[in-house]
Order: sequence, then C-alpha cells, then structure tokens
Amino acid sequence: MMAAKPKIAVYKFSSCDGCQLALLNLEEELLTLAGRVEIAYFLEATRRVMPGPYDLALVEGAVTTPEEVRRIQEVREQAQVVVALGTCACAGGVQALRNFADADALAAQVYPHPEYLDYLAKATPMAEHIAVDYEVWGCPVNGAQVAQVLAALLLGKQPILPDYSVCLECKRRGNACVLVAEGALCLGPVTRAGCGAICPAYGRGCYGCFGPWPAGQPQAYLQAVRGLAAPDEVRRAFRHIAGNAPAFAQAAEEV
Amino acid sequence: MAQRTIHVDALARVEGEGALYLKVQDDKVLEVRVDIYEPPRFFEGFLRGRRYEEVPDLTARICGICPVAYQMSSARALEKALGVTPSPAVRSLRHLLYCAEWIESHVLHMYLLQAPDLTGHESALELAQDVPEAVQRGLRMKRIGNTILTLLGGRSVHPVNPTVGGFYRWPDPQAIRALVPDLEWGLEAALETMRWAAGLDFPDLEVDYEFVALHREDEYAILNGTIRSSRAGDLAEEDFEKRYLEYHVPHSNALHSRTVEGRHYIVGPLARFNLNFAQLHPLARQAAEAAGIVPPVRNPYKALLARAAETIHAYAVALEIARVWMPRGPSRAAVTPRSGEGAAATEAPRGLLYHRYRLDAGGLVEEARIVPPTAQNLARMEDDLRLLAPHVLTLPLEEATLRCEHLVRAYDPCISCATHFLTLHVERV
Repeated sequence: MMAAKPKIAVYKFSSCDGCQLALLNLEEELLTLAGRVEIAYFLEATRRVMPGPYDLALVEGAVTTPEEVRRIQEVREQAQVVVALGTCACAGGVQALRNFADADALAAQVYPHPEYLDYLAKATPMAEHIAVDYEVWGCPVNGAQVAQVLAALLLGKQPILPDYSVCLECKRRGNACVLVAEGALCLGPVTRAGCGAICPAYGRGCYGCFGPWPAGQPQAYLQAVRGLAAPDEVRRAFRHIAGNAPAFAQAAEEV
Repeated sequence: MAQRTIHVDALARVEGEGALYLKVQDDKVLEVRVDIYEPPRFFEGFLRGRRYEEVPDLTARICGICPVAYQMSSARALEKALGVTPSPAVRSLRHLLYCAEWIESHVLHMYLLQAPDLTGHESALELAQDVPEAVQRGLRMKRIGNTILTLLGGRSVHPVNPTVGGFYRWPDPQAIRALVPDLEWGLEAALETMRWAAGLDFPDLEVDYEFVALHREDEYAILNGTIRSSRAGDLAEEDFEKRYLEYHVPHSNALHSRTVEGRHYIVGPLARFNLNFAQLHPLARQAAEAAGIVPPVRNPYKALLARAAETIHAYAVALEIARVWMPRGPSRAAVTPRSGEGAAATEAPRGLLYHRYRLDAGGLVEEARIVPPTAQNLARMEDDLRLLAPHVLTLPLEEATLRCEHLVRAYDPCISCATHFLTLHVERV
C-alpha cells in the first residue's frame, strides 16, 4: 500500500498538542519508527520539511478559523491517507464547548479587543471539511494505539481499533464498576474503549473523552442513570470533552 | 543596505503556532512582533457554568505538555474559594506529581527542542544519530517522568486522578517505593545532563531582566509562595492582578503582559534560578556551581542551564518523597460547594501560572481568569529579539533566521497555553 519508506506528515490545528506529545512519548519506538518512515513534516520535532505529496498525514486538532479551513484542504490534497488524531480532530474536542454558547459573547469575555480575532462560529471536526480515512479517538490518543495504527498502515493492513465500550476494558482491568458500586456518574457504558478504563481504575466515573461508542444506547443509559444525579449534572457530563460528537450532543439535549 | 525578508512560516520545535516579524531599515530595527496565530479557544469563556470539580479536567486541555500545572493552579485557586485545605499527604503527592512534570517538560525541551540549535542539528532525530547515548539518556529521563505521572495521575497527558481537595484515589505506596531505582538513575543522568549542557556553545546575549517567580524561604517554590520580583516587593498570590496586567495586541491571539509600571518581565526557569538559587536542592546547587553557573544569569539561551539545574532538583526532591511517602487520611478533602472567589499561582515548567475563579452558591463557575507563563513572556521575547536583531542582520539570511528562531526556542514557549507559532518575517525598508 505504501512506498518502501513512506513520507509522513504530522499537523496541528486547534488543540493542546497532547496528541502529538503522545507520539513523542513513544520515545524509543519513535526512533525505530523514524528509521522506517521519512518524517517529512513534524514541526513539533524538527525544522526539516520535505515537500509533499505525503503517503500519510496525522492531523491533531479541530478546525476553528477560516485559515484552518483553508489549511485542512491543503492537507487533504497533499496526503494519500489522512488520519484524524484525537478527539479534537474527530469531534471538535474541548474547544467545541464554545459551540454551546455564543462565540462572540465568549470572545468578549476573554479578549479586550475581540475585533482583533478571526474565528469560525463553531469549532468543527475535520470530517466537516474533508474526507477522513481513519479516526483515532482519545483525549489524548493512546500512544500505543497510534503506534499500532501506523504499523498496520505501513504493512498495508486495516488498523483494528476497539469497537466495544469502556465497560469491557474495566472488566479486563479488574475494576469494580463505579456506577453500580459507588453511584458515580460514569459514561463508560456509552463511551468508546481505547484508554484502558483509567478513570474507573482511579475511583471516578468516565467522562467520555474517547467519544461515543457507535453501538452505545444513550437513551437507555439516560433511563438507567435517572435519579443517580441531577439533570444538570447529567447534561454537563455529556457536554464535556467529546460533547460536540452528535450522539453525546443529542443525549445532552434529551436529558 | 539591501532590503531583506526573513520568512519562517511556522516556527519548528516549539509547542503551538506562532510567527515572528522583523522590520529593519539599514541596521536599525523598526519593529518586532511575535505573531501568535494559534487559534483562540476561549477557555475562560466556556468554563462559566461548569462545576468546580470539572475545572481541573477541562483546564488540563489548555496544554498537553503541562496539564498538571493547570490542574494544580486551578485546584488551589478553587480550594481557596471553597475554604478547603488539602492534607500534608496530598501536598507531598502533588509535589511529586509536579516534579515529574518538570522532569518530563524540561527534558523534552533540553534534548528535543533546544539542544539541536546548540549542536547545529535540524532535530533530535539527527542529533540522535551523532550522539545516540545523549539522546537515549534524555529519552529515558523523560520516560521516568512519564512513569510517575502515569502512576500518580492515571496517564501522563491529562491525568485523571488530581482533583479539587486532593486525589480521587491514593496510589499504592509500594508502587511509589518501586520508583526509587529509576529515580536514582535519573538523578545521576540529570547530573550528567548538567555537565553535558555546560559544555555546549551558547550565543552571547546579556539582558537586564525583571525576574518574576514564586518564592518561599524554605523550599524552591513550585506549588505556592509569595510572588517575588527582582525589581519590586513581594506580593501575595491573590494580589497578582494588582501589579501584573494583561493587554490585547492586534497581532496576537495571546494576551501580552506588563507590570503596572509598564515594564515587560520574564517568568520561568531563568527567573526561578536567579531569584531562588539558595532554595535549590544542595545537589542541584553544587552541580551548578561546579559548572560555573550561578546567579546572575542574564543570557536567555542559558535558560537551558537553569532547566538542567531544575531537573537535578526535581529528581532529588522526587527521590526524597518517593522513599517515604505514605497515604494518610482521605485522599481528598471533603468539599461543600459555596459561593466564593479564590486565586492561586503555581510554577509550571515554563513559569508562573495564575488562576482565579469566582463560584456561585452551587459551586458553578461565574468567572475564570487564567494567565499562562508563555503569555507573560511574549512581550519580553519581542524585546529580546529587538536586542538580538542588530547582531544578526549582517549574517546570511538562513543563519539570521535560525538565530532568531533559536532565541524564541530558548524561551521554551508553550503557545497553545499562551492562546488559551513561528513565522519570521523581516522586512527591510
């Protein structure tokens, strides 16, 4: 599927840089990977830039400004395969929380001269602007998962990403279910697996940062947690890191 | 002199997106701007209406490299608003957590982001080909920092365990004890890093800074302290906004900072090293002295040496805590939501990070104010570039560009933080 030494580009849009750092945190694996690919563009790591086209583009961050709308088109044109890296790229991420308020009002709260700024009305996922080949959710992404995706693509295989909910990871990890045992509001039953069920392992409910599990049942979940927490709290739980993903956004409306 | 444009479209080896613009006439610098085009994300806006417990999780997302700093500053500010005092065991664990973040962030910057400038490489990948043992050492040092963050926090980027009042769950003290061998190795590696760093070739630039950092008499301030300036008296954390102001410039999505007297100041390792040298762990102080690095250090490139000293300090302190830490009492203090206002500062790897929150009776955020370290440094960064510019304008274009980029990188800017990166334009008229 790919050239002998594929050219890889890593981009950052509106985000915290945490997903790129998850890549850099692969440490020795990163050096090994660097030996198998041509890192053609990765500003966080290197000044050296090779021109496109690229075999693979990893893109972190949401699209939130007119300039970014332009840039993401260029990314798509230059790359054979585009991977949306992280919940910002897949769903808009934390900055999409501004979508639930009026962006202009928010700007005025933060900046003395909001007229100096240039931003879209909403923070948007990549897929609203370009065709995305693969999505790797997470806030941040699970570095090991990204390494596995890269390895698969380099071998010309389809990456295998978990298609079950966090609950299964909790069981694997031996966590007591915090929803049942402690009445903690945990989004695990409706959240995509990938993190390894970290939050319940540390005694708190999942806050859904890996995004909605596609086969999840938010309506059934809402019924199940009725009485566990006040409606406002349930709404805030869904309107969190992945709150702009359609399944979560809808669930928040239906509380 | 011919007109010249230095155009670095996006600065590499910094966190975030920024550009640099230099306008010169003959050899006079007319204008210097650091353009922050990292998109605005409006955290202080959308935090309104969120419950206090959500704030550390949400503000962590301001920065992937220093999420713990945001969690610590926000938790402390909210604890003040709510009248909560974390226990000594919590404080000790937070100190260990923060040391781990300093280690991870400082090592990332020294080895991967700035060192290539000093050794003449494009990136750490090329540096690794020439001096593999040095880069491997750095990567292992960083990995130890990440291991501690993962043990205490659940994961190294956006930890899940820290919360208002303490931690959701105590980590297993045996697992903390098990960190000791790695920390001992790391301390030796940090000492070696100082020796290696002291031998690097730093460009000359002397700047008369106003240094600002948290200060304590009894320890190298990280989690709390008074706000000390090299040019003014000490302030309590909650009085930060009385002296340190933010203003909005057209070319930057990050607010700039100045003192109430109109001066630009610097925060971060260089400021801490100069203000708090006596409080550094003895091993760090001795290593610095042996390398001939003692205050005053006024060369911005030599912030790397301050980072090296702080990395020794962080490993030494982490080792002391890891050897003895035991859980005692509940992992988090009980909190009753109430209305109130609280402000706090902690020392992020890059410098003083200030948070203030006002809560309503239900514990929901009414107002949030966040002042990141890189935003505070931006104005000073422009000033330094203005000082540097006359020295580089006679150099070939590529070299001049690199020298300007290097100065910005020496600041270790965290631009995602500063906006709630670098293109160099030099226009000669």
